[in-house]
Amino acid sequence: MLRLEPRRAPSEAMIYATPFVAVALTLAAGCVLFALLGRDPIQAMYLIFIKPLTTLSGRAELAVKATPLILIATGLAVGFRAGVWNIGAEGQFTVGALTGGSVALAVYPAGGPWLLPLMALAGVIGGMAWAAIPAFLRTRFNANEILVSLMLSYVAVLLLGVLVHGLLRDPQGFNFPESRLFQSSALLPVLIPGTRAHIGAIFALVAVALTQLFMARHISGYQIKVLGLAPKAARFAGFCERRIIWGCFLLSGGLAGLAGLCEAAGPVGQLVPALPVGYGFTAIIVAFLGRLHPLGILAGGLLIGLTYIGGEAAQIALRLPAAAIAIFQGMLLFFLLASDILVRFRPVWRPRPRPTASSGPEPMPATTLAP
Amino acid sequence: MDLAIDILIGVMAAATPLVFAAIGEIVVEKAGVLNLGVEGMMIVGAIAAFAASIATGSPTIGVLAALMAGVLMALLFGILTLTLLSNQVATGLALTMFGLGLSSLVGQSYTGMAAAPFPRLDIAGLSTLPVIGRLLFARDALFYLSLALVAATAYGLTRTRAGLVLRAIGENHDAAHAIGYRVVAYRYLAVLFGGACAGLGGAYLSLVQTPFWVEKMTAGRGWIALALVVFAAWRPERALAGAYLFGGISVLQLHTQAVGFRVDAQILAMIPYLVTILVLVLMSADRTRLKFSAPACLGKPFFAAA
Amino acid sequence: MKAPLLRLDGLTKRFPGVVANEDVSLDVVRGQIHALLGENGAGKSTLVKMIYGIMRPDAGEMRFEGKPYAPANPAEARARGIGIVFQHFSLFDAMTVTDNIALGLPVTQCGPDLSYRIGKLSTSYGLTIDPARIVGTLSVGERQRVEIIRCLLQVPRLLIMDEPTSVLTPLEVDMLFATLRRLSFEGCAVLYISHKLEEISALCGSATILRGGRVIATCDPRRETARSLAEMMIGTTLAPTSPLVAQEGPVCLAVNQLSLPSDMPFGVDLDDVAFDVRRGEILGLAGVAGNGQSELMDALTGERMAAVAEAITLDDTAIGHLGPVERRKLGMAFVPEERLGHAAVPDLSLTDNTLLAAAAGDGLIWRGWVRKRKARHFAERIVATFDVRTTGPQQSARALSGGNLQKFIVGREILLDPAVLIVAQPTWGVDAGATAAIHQALLDLAAKGCAIVVISQDLDELFALATRIAVIAQGRLSQPAPTASLTIEAIGQAMGGGTTAAPVKREPVDA
Repeated sequence: MLRLEPRRAPSEAMIYATPFVAVALTLAAGCVLFALLGRDPIQAMYLIFIKPLTTLSGRAELAVKATPLILIATGLAVGFRAGVWNIGAEGQFTVGALTGGSVALAVYPAGGPWLLPLMALAGVIGGMAWAAIPAFLRTRFNANEILVSLMLSYVAVLLLGVLVHGLLRDPQGFNFPESRLFQSSALLPVLIPGTRAHIGAIFALVAVALTQLFMARHISGYQIKVLGLAPKAARFAGFCERRIIWGCFLLSGGLAGLAGLCEAAGPVGQLVPALPVGYGFTAIIVAFLGRLHPLGILAGGLLIGLTYIGGEAAQIALRLPAAAIAIFQGMLLFFLLASDILVRFRPVWRPRPRPTASSGPEPMPATTLAP
Repeated sequence: MDLAIDILIGVMAAATPLVFAAIGEIVVEKAGVLNLGVEGMMIVGAIAAFAASIATGSPTIGVLAALMAGVLMALLFGILTLTLLSNQVATGLALTMFGLGLSSLVGQSYTGMAAAPFPRLDIAGLSTLPVIGRLLFARDALFYLSLALVAATAYGLTRTRAGLVLRAIGENHDAAHAIGYRVVAYRYLAVLFGGACAGLGGAYLSLVQTPFWVEKMTAGRGWIALALVVFAAWRPERALAGAYLFGGISVLQLHTQAVGFRVDAQILAMIPYLVTILVLVLMSADRTRLKFSAPACLGKPFFAAA
Repeated sequence: MKAPLLRLDGLTKRFPGVVANEDVSLDVVRGQIHALLGENGAGKSTLVKMIYGIMRPDAGEMRFEGKPYAPANPAEARARGIGIVFQHFSLFDAMTVTDNIALGLPVTQCGPDLSYRIGKLSTSYGLTIDPARIVGTLSVGERQRVEIIRCLLQVPRLLIMDEPTSVLTPLEVDMLFATLRRLSFEGCAVLYISHKLEEISALCGSATILRGGRVIATCDPRRETARSLAEMMIGTTLAPTSPLVAQEGPVCLAVNQLSLPSDMPFGVDLDDVAFDVRRGEILGLAGVAGNGQSELMDALTGERMAAVAEAITLDDTAIGHLGPVERRKLGMAFVPEERLGHAAVPDLSLTDNTLLAAAAGDGLIWRGWVRKRKARHFAERIVATFDVRTTGPQQSARALSGGNLQKFIVGREILLDPAVLIVAQPTWGVDAGATAAIHQALLDLAAKGCAIVVISQDLDELFALATRIAVIAQGRLSQPAPTASLTIEAIGQAMGGGTTAAPVKREPVDA
């Protein structure tokens, strides 16, 4: 009988090993899935995971997809470590794109080197403002931040729809629900000429590096960890829960807002209702895949980004349904959560305890020291 | 008068999926498990019901398929959180994302199709009553089932031995284990029940309320059901009231447009989400009250050293 | 010689890294009160769990009433006639007494007459309880009664009591003993688990002594002295702690008219608490658990703030409105009751755990940045000074034994050289060696002029440490009196405020 035996302390090795276990299991299950869909699994795997990396444009696209994922996941992971469950990054992403994009549209057609920093600032503030709502409701009214932030994502997407239908609609756009194309000084500089890889990738790297530094060395990073691991100990040490919650929401909201702006001012170049494509939710997978650790998130973001690009290629080449990739990502998270058991528990093979029944004679009266 | 009845019927149709999902989640949470995957289980139930009823032409089989699909999704959640002790919040989110993906994949070939009309089940002798008859006794079988489920759950949780044990496990799983109750087994049953209910809620959505398949058609109803559980302070009869309140809001939103208010449809569509937030704020502000009504072990993993 | 009711033969149970029980054999005779004596961590609880079917032995056999006995679960143990009252009660706070009792009975016994039977049994054994009360509103002594009634309704032939007196007032202990003697007289055997020597000598006719998971001796406790029992239990002789010579320092910490409503369900409100502590003095606060100790601790640490800043003063500075960090900066240090999760973060290393207390001083933090090397040195210093058995400062707090972690936590606070130290249950669940070390460290600190407040349920501990003792009952604190002028009986009387339940402040909504 296979049993789980608790370890005395979490296994350090397993913390790093389980993401790889999960990826391996997902690949295996993915092969089965593709085979069931009647596609050649080996070819599908090649198309998804190898082929995009063989070309420059493929690698550049990977940077484009991974950038928002990494930006968002880095912020979310900080909150998750504190036990602050902001799962409304999709909404903060959308609002960040809206506020940042609105700056460009407001000054259209003016522009200059001052415009992009202003847009980035507006994007960050927009994301923060949207995240401030669940932060306020949680700290002031004790309202569950999971539900509030999620509900606000729906609202944000609708809000984007409302605005591109009305206020922000392109005057020359034949009533299509989209904004005009941003002026050129409102578009993020391209890193590799001829591709769509933009400067947002640098933002993501900087965010990862700074977060890593803060989490590992700064007292606020320590406070976040303590609040997540043992809330009572955080209170004992005098760490202000309210401030930590606010900090986590503002950080994750700000980064999600920045990601939204990068998407609008990067590959998309305007505001459209289809701007939010689920990065805010997929980033949750990235955060867990990266063990809530900035460097891990960098790797996780690249891997998940790859499934997007490879998935698109496979959609065309193998006529694979788009949703297959979503399932693939969901499975990855399942396998990761499942293999996490190995961090705290050790699987052991132990025979069932043998039955103690015996058919011997009645025992002799025992001697005791009792009178 | 007819318009009023139509509106009320609309309210009931909009409320019933929420009733199913919220009742299921109440039982799950009473056992001390937090399953945030209601949305995912609902949408998989919706597509399972739709696909099966298209394939067989039988709405009954559709409903059964939704039930099974919900149970299977919940089983996945149970294995992860109860056997493998994974984080319940993260696993619930994963279940929702997985369910949305799976339903899109399966639903691809069903987009634009219409389901067979769901049969009406008139209660003999009552359905001809004026107003009340049409409103309450000339409806579909799932509607009756939802009401029966509320009554049965309310009774079961408070008046039966199994309900007592279930509540005890959600209250203090270590003590329940020490007395000798099989905490994990009970929790599995509760989680599977929750899955079945969410599946039924999904079936109602795709077979009765809007009898065709639309991708992501649950549109956050699973999450609203989770908020309803808090709103209802974990009591089935209050969840029923809450679901009808939400049903009313979403129908009102449709009728506002019909009456000709010049408000953007998308602004009106925000209302249910905003109301959910408002309800959460109102219900959660009193922390002590919340602590009293919430099961004390909600969301905590349980491992029995053997 | 009577045939044994319960016979254990060679029971062994291993956990990762520890052998909890090794080759344990003992006999319990019908109608006998049999003591199972051992230190914290000696393996008593594991043994009991195997007898009650919660855990299964890795090796060995049990016989009950002469027949093989291998319970797969507690229900089977109960069906065979074994009842248990746990140390940490297996009760459900939000439910009524009747519901709680029903949960421990087979369905067939849970008819509508259950409340009536509870009432009848409780009167006949003098275990007064109202079946309709919500358990969360009961005092600890009353909760124990609920557990005992739950057992007695099934007419057990063996009743296991796991450390039953550690949470009772002296009066309640006497009442419990009367009940147990009556059960014994009626033919029910009792397996009585404890590490308190006096009560075993007073109550039990036979004793098995466990140490490190093995049976060390079986004896008649009435023919042993407390000292000989202690030596068998601990395995070494302990150096007695040197008593504190009372010094008359100036008043350092003063609490005046401190009232604070509890923020926990079933908590106790603090009501007009007042005391002061002088430098070089140890003030003991006695009381049964759940009489406002945790609330008082929260108020003293600053985890919860007083309504009036002047309610707590430190050297005449009002600090009632300050949080833990500010209070630490003024020279206060704290050891809360709960080691894992409150005083230490289980999954962080010892080095990281120093930062919980040192955030306000000792240069471990510089402009918000953690100085890892300093923190590690500090952790190493604690480990060396207080003889903490660990593989090193990188080990996680969870991996330490209770006694070692407690030494680490107490050491962390003492090495910060506080002017005032507040300690709650300093040796709860700690082995004798660590207890002696912690007591000595507290006495030494007081001798250096620190003002110390010790909140403890253990009267022996307070008599060994404190210069003055006050009693907390139902959120009220008695006037502190010099220890020399007090007797256990007098304190028991004051604690007796806790024998009747604390007033119910809040009923659950629409219960």
